[in-house]
Amino acid sequence: MNIFHHAIQIDEAKCVGCVHCMRVCPTEAIRIREGKAMIIQSRCIDCGQCMRACPAKAFYIKQNDLKMLQDYKYRIALFPAVMIGQFPDKISEEQIYQAMLALGFTHLMEVEQPIKILIDLTKEYLQETQVSKPCISAFCPAVVRLIQIKYPSLVDNIIPLKAPHDLAAHFILQSLMNQGVKKEEIGIFYITPCAAKISAVKSPVGDQPSVVDGIISMSDFYNKVRQLIPREEETETSSQRKHLTREGVLWSTSRGESSRFGNRAIAIDGIHSVVKFLDRLENDEVQGFDFLEMRACDQSCAGGILMTGNRFTTTERLEQRSKNYPSYREKELDKTLDKHKLTQCLLIDEIKPYNAFSLDDDITRAMEKMTKAQRIICFLPGIDCGACGSPNCQALAEDMVQGNAKMSDCIFLQQRWQHEARIGVEKAFLNLEKRWGEGRFNADCNKRGRRNEGF
Amino acid sequence: MIELRFILEGGDFDRAGTASSETKKILKQLNIDPRVIKHTVVALYEAEVNIAAHAYRGEVTITVSDHQIVAVLKDEGPGIADIKRAMLEGFSTASPKVREMGFGAGMGLPNMKKNADVLEVESTPGSGTTVKMIFDF
Repeated sequence: MNIFHHAIQIDEAKCVGCVHCMRVCPTEAIRIREGKAMIIQSRCIDCGQCMRACPAKAFYIKQNDLKMLQDYKYRIALFPAVMIGQFPDKISEEQIYQAMLALGFTHLMEVEQPIKILIDLTKEYLQETQVSKPCISAFCPAVVRLIQIKYPSLVDNIIPLKAPHDLAAHFILQSLMNQGVKKEEIGIFYITPCAAKISAVKSPVGDQPSVVDGIISMSDFYNKVRQLIPREEETETSSQRKHLTREGVLWSTSRGESSRFGNRAIAIDGIHSVVKFLDRLENDEVQGFDFLEMRACDQSCAGGILMTGNRFTTTERLEQRSKNYPSYREKELDKTLDKHKLTQCLLIDEIKPYNAFSLDDDITRAMEKMTKAQRIICFLPGIDCGACGSPNCQALAEDMVQGNAKMSDCIFLQQRWQHEARIGVEKAFLNLEKRWGEGRFNADCNKRGRRNEGF
Repeated sequence: MIELRFILEGGDFDRAGTASSETKKILKQLNIDPRVIKHTVVALYEAEVNIAAHAYRGEVTITVSDHQIVAVLKDEGPGIADIKRAMLEGFSTASPKVREMGFGAGMGLPNMKKNADVLEVESTPGSGTTVKMIFDF
């Protein structure tokens, strides 16, 4: 079952077969097979934890080439405000903008520019009495996917409004088309701080396809921009930021949303904290809150997996920068734009749950499998070492009942069998090599994962 | 049929929620309707908190069959003198200390009744209470 597009890929040539990624995955979506990591697609939420943990840099994301720019007359770079925050203080906003224009873009659009529309719409939504509280923002696509696959009873709590990049894309599209530009002449490129946003663009939660034409990784983009930074500010680019507001600049940092909505709002960042909180929320253990801001990355988008700068200094620069801009309350929407049409573009039709953790679609069969897994667990050591290629003993038992692993994958069980003379030494070693790759255990001083590598 | 068993300690609010969280994980793996899971988990959590708030110790047994979930929570504790009154919203005998912790609003039993298809409460004052809940699917 592959419902979602996935941005995160594994380069098998680089994967050295360790367990770092498997250990940190919040949805137990990674297994090691024949010495290589593999992703269980139905469980992956593109949060990027694996990418962060990999000592061999074997994870990568699929992105578009900047050469694609040549196909369009009007070339728009959509990027979140955190982009600016990554640069050292000595490089000014103007210089960064000029470097981006030098890359070949005609229009630069920080996605949070028209944030007032999203703030107003969200406020309206929160005032409706029949909505399930607490409402959860759909801002972070990894969180939305997590809820879809792991917390199906909470899908109704998600606010069915798209993220700022969708709003910005429609906003710039409408502005240009109002000036008489043809749609096919416009190429919209989203510079993404994370993998989850890529998936959100390639397979949006609702049914309509996204209007974004290409995706560019922030890390590559940062390097390119950095090389083109002019020595001195040459031209005035502030007109490209005329809609930017204080709230917009801070939107993708932690508390960017929660400080705007509800009487009682919470902001949670970091995927493992989000998981813990959703667990409690599903039990009704948490009550009385109106709004939840949840972001997969520590320090929200400032800590995005494709971001270059330190997440704390990035946040601080944005805080300083926000002071130079007016509040959204002082801004009026461009009169030439059709607010109703923009609003329509922001609605998500339906957020469906997809339980990725059931043992079987059929309850009776699922129960048989569970009974079997519970019996298997009795034989496993409970050390959760991951040497079997599954993240923990429970997961190994479940993999076994699904036919994806064997008893002999447990190295401790194999050891016991050898001790009881039920299996030969040679056979046991071959089993290990089958899981971890031939020659994987030979002495090798240049082996990846040696001292001082990894964590 | 799947059976789960948990031991609860009176006064241990920190661990109240363990049985419901564990049960939730199992029910999801069994591909049971999210709405049924929600009802079960919410009611179960309330029952767990009741044991933490009032009883000395308790035992939870969850049985899942192909058409229903049965939860039996048996505790050793002071028991409930007037079950009818205890079922009323807002009625609570929780100590001020428990209330200070944010519990004891008198919504526990009513909330369990709202979420379970069947709720049976049996109690012997001075010895303990047994709560049985059934959730059909």
